[in-house]
Amino acid sequence: MLAACIVLLIFGFLLTEAWPFLFSEHGGQLFTDAVWHPTTGQYNLVPVILGTLYTTIGAVSVAVPFALATAIFCQFYAPRWFGRLYTSVMEVLAGIPSVVYGFWGLVVLVPLVASWQGSGASLLTGILVLSLMILPTGTLLAIAALKQVPSEWIQGSYALGLSRWATIKNIALPASGHGMLNALLLQSTRAIGETMAVLMVCGNSTLFPFGLFEPVRTLSANIALEMAYAMEMHRAALYSSALVLMVMVFILLFLNQFQNRLESTANGKS
Amino acid sequence: MSRAFSLFLVVITLVLVGCNQRGADTERLLLTGSSTMAPLLTELAIAFENQRGQTRIDVQTGGSSRGITDVRRGLVDIGMVSRSLNDKEDDLQAHLIAQDGIGLILNTANPVVSLTDQQIVNIYTGAADNWQLFGGANEPITVVSKAEGRSTLDLFLAYFKLPVADLRAHIIIGDNEQGIKAVAGNAKAIGYVSIGAAEYSIRAGLPIKLIPVNGVQASTDSVSSGLFPLSRPLNLVTRVEAKPGQVSSTTAADFIRFAQSDKARALILRQYFVPPQG
Repeated sequence: MLAACIVLLIFGFLLTEAWPFLFSEHGGQLFTDAVWHPTTGQYNLVPVILGTLYTTIGAVSVAVPFALATAIFCQFYAPRWFGRLYTSVMEVLAGIPSVVYGFWGLVVLVPLVASWQGSGASLLTGILVLSLMILPTGTLLAIAALKQVPSEWIQGSYALGLSRWATIKNIALPASGHGMLNALLLQSTRAIGETMAVLMVCGNSTLFPFGLFEPVRTLSANIALEMAYAMEMHRAALYSSALVLMVMVFILLFLNQFQNRLESTANGKS
Repeated sequence: MSRAFSLFLVVITLVLVGCNQRGADTERLLLTGSSTMAPLLTELAIAFENQRGQTRIDVQTGGSSRGITDVRRGLVDIGMVSRSLNDKEDDLQAHLIAQDGIGLILNTANPVVSLTDQQIVNIYTGAADNWQLFGGANEPITVVSKAEGRSTLDLFLAYFKLPVADLRAHIIIGDNEQGIKAVAGNAKAIGYVSIGAAEYSIRAGLPIKLIPVNGVQASTDSVSSGLFPLSRPLNLVTRVEAKPGQVSSTTAADFIRFAQSDKARALILRQYFVPPQG
């Protein structure tokens, strides 16, 4: 209840701060202007929204196969001690603050990418750092989802003579699909809101990104970069970008809820 | 849950009531103006408040012109103005507290030792995109610039007479530290940062170098002597009273004296500004 109140309060606060911008003649400029140059009155947020989507989708699609593969390996193939060791390593990695990942990205990854292509601070670097950040928790959640599958089902499948891979494919994965999807959505919300790490490695240019080696700016980085010195309309425009970010997160959470609802009605019927 | 919440409310109320206990007999001083100077003046104000007690100083931004307007109208005692006063502003008096200089930095692995103003403009507008043009290696230039709203960007654009829309930057950074890291980690990069911050990092052993602007070596010395072109004075501005040199309210006068004193030097240096000589 309290949490819901706080979320509503934050939402209301963002709305009142963004109001002078959104509901003035500038409101439409978020999508129609040529570029984002707030100090000269140009407020196109589309490249920044795209930057957020690209980094998030990129990071999730890099992290998911890894998380899934290692979770299956730990749960079904690896010896038990290895699974435990791997889980605790992942727990440690999940606890590392995001600035540390960002700093590592800035001093190691950016020069590495730069020696290959472009300036180094790019969409690709951002995706790599972000995927590394969401990988540990993603793996842990995937392992937890696999553990949720009743062991009788697994044993029953083995007893019927199904191979290990057939058991994974036909029993374990479908049965844990719901938990996996939850993990995916939770990690997406984390990637979408990540600020410091992406700010340090993405280059933060507000031009339209056209390739993996071009710099991008995310919504959260936009706020962190400019808020401290923004005034009047510029400030309200930044609150609008916070509002856009919040709506994106809400959409993800709503999808999560919706999927939970579907799942529970399906279970109720069967 | 609801008990925890009401306890939370009680605590918050007490805290907020506590905030109001600063007393009615404290002296208040309001400063408005340049956003470059606001962080420094906030630090100075805290130190001044601690030293004196019974004083409360509020610092608000709005640009140098707001500082001047507010002082003229008598709305504030002191304005913050990050430029020299011009001839039409002789009704005001400037008290110099520091100098701000911006230097261009390259990685030490870059063989280029100097660039003309026009070359810098070409680099920052994307007209020149390879170091080979300036005697460097055959590699693309990584242009590092500042986020909008930062006064460093404003001064840079004003000196090179560039509109912000013409900038073509690959990396946009927030504070000086980030810019220095970006250039230190990339041999192809060029950036501009506060000279104080750059010198500090060079002393700390980072692989960056300052290049001259318009033939003048970039250093805190050339900034404080006024020779360095890409620099500006940071002034506190008051109205000229009947007696020249005197400031209207004594608290304001004390604060300005404090900002120009030796005690303020450390705080000025910590914000990467250059204290005036003398």
